[in-house]
Amino acid sequence: MSEVLVVVEATREFGVKKVTLEMLTLARELGTPSAVVLGGTGAAEALSAKLGEYGAEKIYAAEGEEVDGYLVAPKATVLAELVRRVEPAAVLLASSQEGKEIAARLAIKLDNGILTDVVALDADGTATQVAFAGSAIVKSKVTRGLPLVTLRPNSVNPVPAAASPAVEQLAVSVGDTDKLAKVVNRVAEQKGSRPELTEASVVVSGGRGVGNADNFKLVEELADLLGGAVGASRAAVDSGFYPHQFQVGQTGKTVSPQLYIALGISGAIQHRAGMQTSKTIVAVNKDAEAPIFELADFGVVGDLFKVVPQAAEEIRKRK
Amino acid sequence: MNIVVLVKQVPDSGADRNLRSDDNTVDRGSANNVINEMDEYAIEEALKIKEAHGGEVTILTMGPDRATESIRKALSMGPDKAVHVVDDALHGSCAVTTSKVLAAALGTLDADLVICGAESTDGRVQVMPHMIAERLGVAALTGARKLTVDGGTLTIERQTEEGYEVVTAATPAVVSVWDTINEPRYPSFKGIMAAKKKPVQTLSLGDLGVAPAEVGFEGATSAVLEHSKRPPRSGGAKVTDEGDGGVKLVEFLATEKFV
Repeated sequence: MSEVLVVVEATREFGVKKVTLEMLTLARELGTPSAVVLGGTGAAEALSAKLGEYGAEKIYAAEGEEVDGYLVAPKATVLAELVRRVEPAAVLLASSQEGKEIAARLAIKLDNGILTDVVALDADGTATQVAFAGSAIVKSKVTRGLPLVTLRPNSVNPVPAAASPAVEQLAVSVGDTDKLAKVVNRVAEQKGSRPELTEASVVVSGGRGVGNADNFKLVEELADLLGGAVGASRAAVDSGFYPHQFQVGQTGKTVSPQLYIALGISGAIQHRAGMQTSKTIVAVNKDAEAPIFELADFGVVGDLFKVVPQAAEEIRKRK
Repeated sequence: MNIVVLVKQVPDSGADRNLRSDDNTVDRGSANNVINEMDEYAIEEALKIKEAHGGEVTILTMGPDRATESIRKALSMGPDKAVHVVDDALHGSCAVTTSKVLAAALGTLDADLVICGAESTDGRVQVMPHMIAERLGVAALTGARKLTVDGGTLTIERQTEEGYEVVTAATPAVVSVWDTINEPRYPSFKGIMAAKKKPVQTLSLGDLGVAPAEVGFEGATSAVLEHSKRPPRSGGAKVTDEGDGGVKLVEFLATEKFV
């Protein structure tokens, strides 16, 4: 069977991201998964055990300052070389900012079609995408070149399948045009130990009704009790209650967790666009007419400052 | 500094949006068509740079005739002029071919800086800045929440999952911005009147030396095979808190095995 290249997405803090395991699981349906690690020196070594656990038969690594010290262009160049050499059945990347950007450059280099935000991919290359804020389902296909696809997190259930991959270091030869955008600093902003927003199976979000930044502690407390991530509506972010990288909505992150809890969020279309494909939705809002209740599988009409602490207490009791 | 802002006309994300049943493209006929929201932040950023450093701001749009409305609206915020790439053969173009056309149009404009929104609200594909930069062989600084211009050096804070990256490049470059970067101005009455007289140059594929077969459905590198409406969610149980709302909420979570 042909190789399927899976471009690994990982973080320094947590290692291999869940979406990578989803891609490896999907890749096994399409061919033989090979993981591609594009990162700093030693990156592949640190990730190889996890990648093997989910079925990577081979790991290609391109590492070092030449790859990691510039914005995505060197990664696309290395990847294009690899694609030309191994002629894979498909190339999968995460539907993250960086994954889409690498895929964008790869598409131009190879004159190849590209499909983003894919939630399912058949063996014949037919992809399923969710469009227009979750209101439309689209089936599409790359018609020039190989299936070059970015997978939306939380689309595939990751299933382990042990393999013991060897790491092949790739020769890195990047040109001057790949080194035009230099990363001079990477700054981590405090997030604690919560799962990444787009990958979390539980997301608890706060809106304007949370009232101020300090009150977001309530949202965080409930999220932590459920092992979830914290999100925020645009109204909450614009009011300065919570940082922008946690914004869920049309302008912000799209999330599709098992459980989404909306606290003090009215459910404007801006917000619904980012969360309405969640499996189960729960809402707490004092306005019984809030549109969020049209989506919610369970809704509590009430004061979140009473309901949420009580819910937190009840969860503690049951633990 | 010669700045070009990419502006896309999109169906209003606040209303019902559809794909056409005949050719699977975005139904623009039935939609309320507006400037892609993120592009307003790009325009604002360009105007601020012009105000601080001098230069000229040009709007570049690829789209059908009716995109003229959005171009005038963009001009009413303050840019100097616009270029509209319009050609019937463009209908059905994919991202890869769109980037070819935009890169060709930028080739006629000699820009020091190209600014665009990080993504459009219709496709949310987020690939255009890097595709264009790849074709032009210039730097791409994408996902900016802050942009600093110091002579010919550009520095951005790029929003990432874990925090941000500081990325720097020399002009010419493509920069994409998120809506955290500024607060776009509202067009003034004077601006709206002035926009009516600002030059809008139209370019056809012939003007750009791009063959019709390279774009549109014929040149597309991907195809939509079919589409359907996702069934709307229906609300479930709704209880009013009578002192036990929190407990009831957790009871629901327990039945769904979340606690």
